[in-house]
Amino acid sequence: MNRAALGALLAHWRRHPLQLLTLVVGLALATGLWTGVQAINAQARLSYAQAAATLGQDALPRLVGDLTLADFATARRAGWPVTPVLEGRVPGSRARLLGIDPFTAPPSASVPGLTGDDGAGTLTGFLGGTLVFAAPGVSLPDSLPEARVSAGLAPGLVIADIAVAQSILGTNRIDHLLILPGAREGLVPLETLLPGARTAAPETQGDLARLTDSFHLNLTAFGLLAFAVGLFIVHAAIGLAFEQRRPLLRTLRALGLPASRLTLLLAVELAGFTLIAGALGILMGYAVAAALLPGVAATLAGLYGANVAGSLGLSPVWWLSGFGMAGAGLVVAGGQSLWQLARLPILAPAMPRAWARARASTLRRQGIGGVVLLGVAGLAAVLGNGLAAGFVCLGALLLGAALLLPPLLSLVLDFGIVRAKGPLAQWLWADARQQVPGLSLALMALLLALAANVGVGTMVGSFRATFTGFLDQRLASELYLTAADGAEAAALRAYLEPRVDAVLPIPSAEAVLEGAPGEIHGQPDHVTFRQNWPLLDAVPDVWNRLAAGEGALVNEQLARRAGLWAGAEADLGQGGRREILGVYSDYGNPLGQAILGMAAFGAAFPDDVNLRFALRLPPADAPALVDDLEARFDLPPDRIVDQASIKAFSLGVFEQTFAVTAALNVLTLGVAGFALWASLTTLGTMRLPQVAPVWALGVTRRRLALADLARALILAAFTAVLAVPTGVALAWVLLAVVNVQAFGWRLPLLAAPGDWAALALWALVAAALAAALPAWRLWRMPPAQLVKVFAHER
Amino acid sequence: MLLTVRDVGKSFETADGPQPVLRGVSLTLAAGRTLALTGESGSGKSTLLHLIGGLDTPDEGAIEIDGRDIGAMDDAGRAAIRRDGVGLIFQQFNLIPSLDVGANLGFHARLAGRDPGDLKLLAARLGLTEHLGRYPEQLSGGQQQRVAIGRTLAARPRLVLADEPTGNLDETTGDAMMALMRDLARDSGAGLLMVTHSARLALMLDARLHLRAGRIEDAP
Amino acid sequence: MSVRAIFLTLLLAIAPGASTAQGFAGLGQGGEGFDLPEPGRVFAFPADHGPHDRYRIEWWYLTAVLDGADGRSYGAQWTLFRSALTPDGPQVWMGHFGLTTPDAHFSGERFARGGIGQAGVTAVPFDAWIDDWRMAGNTLDALTLRAATEEAGYALDLRAEGPLVLHGGGGYSVKSATGQASYYYSQPFFAASGTLSLPDGDVAVTGRAWLDREWSSQPLEGDQEGWDWFSLHLDDGHRLMAFSLRGGAGFHYASWIAPDGTTTPYYGDALMLEPLRQARVARREVPVEWRLRLPARGVDLTVTAVNPDSWQATLFPYWEGPVTATGSHGARGYLEMTGYE
Repeated sequence: MNRAALGALLAHWRRHPLQLLTLVVGLALATGLWTGVQAINAQARLSYAQAAATLGQDALPRLVGDLTLADFATARRAGWPVTPVLEGRVPGSRARLLGIDPFTAPPSASVPGLTGDDGAGTLTGFLGGTLVFAAPGVSLPDSLPEARVSAGLAPGLVIADIAVAQSILGTNRIDHLLILPGAREGLVPLETLLPGARTAAPETQGDLARLTDSFHLNLTAFGLLAFAVGLFIVHAAIGLAFEQRRPLLRTLRALGLPASRLTLLLAVELAGFTLIAGALGILMGYAVAAALLPGVAATLAGLYGANVAGSLGLSPVWWLSGFGMAGAGLVVAGGQSLWQLARLPILAPAMPRAWARARASTLRRQGIGGVVLLGVAGLAAVLGNGLAAGFVCLGALLLGAALLLPPLLSLVLDFGIVRAKGPLAQWLWADARQQVPGLSLALMALLLALAANVGVGTMVGSFRATFTGFLDQRLASELYLTAADGAEAAALRAYLEPRVDAVLPIPSAEAVLEGAPGEIHGQPDHVTFRQNWPLLDAVPDVWNRLAAGEGALVNEQLARRAGLWAGAEADLGQGGRREILGVYSDYGNPLGQAILGMAAFGAAFPDDVNLRFALRLPPADAPALVDDLEARFDLPPDRIVDQASIKAFSLGVFEQTFAVTAALNVLTLGVAGFALWASLTTLGTMRLPQVAPVWALGVTRRRLALADLARALILAAFTAVLAVPTGVALAWVLLAVVNVQAFGWRLPLLAAPGDWAALALWALVAAALAAALPAWRLWRMPPAQLVKVFAHER
Repeated sequence: MLLTVRDVGKSFETADGPQPVLRGVSLTLAAGRTLALTGESGSGKSTLLHLIGGLDTPDEGAIEIDGRDIGAMDDAGRAAIRRDGVGLIFQQFNLIPSLDVGANLGFHARLAGRDPGDLKLLAARLGLTEHLGRYPEQLSGGQQQRVAIGRTLAARPRLVLADEPTGNLDETTGDAMMALMRDLARDSGAGLLMVTHSARLALMLDARLHLRAGRIEDAP
Repeated sequence: MSVRAIFLTLLLAIAPGASTAQGFAGLGQGGEGFDLPEPGRVFAFPADHGPHDRYRIEWWYLTAVLDGADGRSYGAQWTLFRSALTPDGPQVWMGHFGLTTPDAHFSGERFARGGIGQAGVTAVPFDAWIDDWRMAGNTLDALTLRAATEEAGYALDLRAEGPLVLHGGGGYSVKSATGQASYYYSQPFFAASGTLSLPDGDVAVTGRAWLDREWSSQPLEGDQEGWDWFSLHLDDGHRLMAFSLRGGAGFHYASWIAPDGTTTPYYGDALMLEPLRQARVARREVPVEWRLRLPARGVDLTVTAVNPDSWQATLFPYWEGPVTATGSHGARGYLEMTGYE
């Protein structure tokens, strides 16, 4: 019995290979989209975490002072988990040299390439000074040992054993000891052990790291969107697979196959589809991820010096999550269908129900559900606290919008029916309305794909604008340098004044701002700042007033915490009570910060000796000046920073993020388009009873085909219209809710109506393409096939 | 003559090669007259009706409605004939599922560019007043058939073609439908050609023709 | 930089079974320029307590079986490995820590480069250290051992109550039928006392300890896959060291050590070792109960692990822990097992 019944079920697919293809490809695409995004995300996160550990030495406290390797040994023998670091510039090159001790460096810090077959030989060479590791593209002088290129290293970096680095740099000193976690209690303090040395807090490299976190969080959100889109597509695909075989199922039941057995057989069949399509999808997702990954890797590596492996492993987690994705669709869609089937009376109409008229009660339920979910999203946005609330908001918003789509579409189409002139137009609208339940899942998928496009596009655009502004603001000058002491500062200044366009001092002092520790900076009045500091909020004439010594600028963190914005007065501790002239964004800084005019700063902090300067000069002259300064003043490389080239590189690389996002967006839209095509194509054959009477009453097949096309366009157009506000809301949630919950600052939302319009157009193109084949088939359909609908001797 | 069918032949492609369904059928129908076409299953009577209705084209012979050969027309021409000259009533799938009863009643007339007249009055005459706002799937078979007849009434075609219109109905309802159609043809001066396998229903019309294996036999 | 991978490679030189055997040209010739052990060497103490840099690997290996004031049995292990990457350096050091209770086992490891004082060994006064782990004393007869991880630690005083013993032929210890060998001597007569620091608090302990010294450049055959090594303190004052090298032709050796230090070597079938019971440890089967027979001395023991879970979760993982023995004699001691996959 099982064999015969299963044979009959499977025979359906042999007779309708296109339906089979649709089902498998639809499932595979959904799985693939999900897996692809997951894979990219997971790989990027993993690699970034590893890289952060390598470079994350900045996040560790350190012991600084006049130190040698003997001091390192002393600290180790006292039980301190420390590791030595020596930094410098490779002589005769612009490459940065990092000397490390491979025996005590954190285990997570890893130089790819040192782990080959010849580990001992490599280690021998590394320790013995015949081998160093270098980032790709670094050219080293011949005097240096053999350099093995290691793709994982940050640009411009060379890593050597610490003793080798000492001999390269001609020193027996080390820069500092990184203090690793895990020190036992009761150790002799390091300052006592090594008199003259002092412990320094981790350098706050947090700004970019936090922007990176934000980037990852948004990738995660994109994964969520992909999941939602995929789920709808799987749901649609499996639902269709049941509808198509309704008559067959009835016949099997009538021939005595118990409902329970039939249900079981169908479940087995669905599980088979899940395995096949899931596996295909995972491989597809892997291919997509592998194709896109170099972009992601380059983005992170370039922007953050983070190390993202350029190759992709196919981890078991992705297999699991891929099958989980297909399986979730199976459970949601198949479970519902199987449940209905199990309760189906034998003599239920064999006519496919997909085209049953939309029941008012269903629409009402969807409408109420949608409104409730939007309410939940709104509440989560307003009242919610924490990242979970942010994601609840995101999920509720998406699902709510999707659920509202069918009732809203029905309302619009009802209106169209009333307003339609002429019987054919009336029929067009009425028929479109009737198609809503059958197409609703595919349309919801399209809605989500479009909303994701709008949302993520807006988010990335806003992120880029913010990031650019941040770089402009922080890295406006070509060079930054730090003097060792007041005398050197004066000498540097005297030397530089005639040689550059401007020497801008960057004085700063610690202060208590609105009752919490923070920093106050002094800012000279210079076009650099007027042009480049984007203000979130400002009083009129802000720069002139600041230059005149009035008021202060405060950062967003301080403004948000104290609830004080432009025009209010703030207590800046030693800086006095001052009017807030403006609020600037200060991404990643956890502390409050304020800026005074130079004169006001000098008055508030008369004892402060400024050691930091920004230099303005033609960018092309910067490298020469760096060499000149290094030679003349013996400045160590970490005290002079050529930020302009870093900035240009970072901005260039950010475009690759766009490329990746755009590719993912096109993919998502394509998948949604496929779902629409699948639904239209498979249901096209079931639509004959709809179309045949109209044809019989004297409408040509050509006009009917055109009507089909028009209907798809109408549905897609309204879906697109609804998708734009959904997408903007999505972007708003990402930028203003999720980001604030995660990081405490808000990214501004920058509208891009042109992009949205273009996207709506793409949605129409997708819909037209999806509807083209079914319409063409209708146009070319032999009349005999249409006549068959009426022939009672079928 | 309203309808002239001359030596019409039609074959269908099957797995065993072309299968002739009609082998030289001829008949005529004058305006205001009713004609029953009877025959066994597979005798070709529905095919003949479909050819006359312009739903399909004959392989040979000619079908003229008001003197115009619809076999020689293109797709658009035949669509125009269906729209303007012919009213079709089938056993099932008569109605447009996405339109309610009112819209279905007026649809054909409006498609043909005619005023459907007072649909409420028409609905009252057909006993469909309560059902005007309903959709076809919510109606019984008899009610659906009455809507199809009403639609044809409103469109006022020259020729009404009916294919087993009462096949799905019980005898009482079927007889009522028959009476409706007969009245329709007489009132409007249209011709009615009805396919049926029921000799009893055939007797209710003016004339009868019997099809056997694709050929006309004398009526019993 | 992945220290793990590097040391894994380094340990291949120490680990039986994975020996690279590269360039080994037989006795008397230094493979890759390393010195090789030769029979007939006369040890010079205390100088030989210090490192022998011209040999590829060397270790200072202390094990102690201890009784706690709380009545429980404990075991402590501390090892300092030296490895030369080339005959002329650089030297690389690795420390291992093991502390076994009847229901827990703590392990730890440290790595260091030579030459900067972070790790090393001096013979006079004796001092062996890596980071803050240290075993030191004026002479080898009186040592203090201190080592701790984040979880546990020990501080032990060691007093020698007998002489040094030389294994094999005067300290030339053959490790295979084809003649691979090492220099190998021990101090098996330590009395130990001190304190263990455990997560639940400190425990005072007393017991016996055993120091192994061994160095070589090519100790094992390429097809030997692992060893089982026993050091036992017998109730009648004798000591017994026995090992079996598994794989290939196999190789058995035992040193029968009288209370006065007189040592008799036994080779081949004179020593019989038979695993009696396996335990699932770290996702593999490891024998944790053995039958050990040395008929020539009337020894027939059933040796049982105090804690079957004595797994050293180090870069190169192995089983090492205290054992008790019953049968012809009562005994306490240590068991080390390597090469169980």
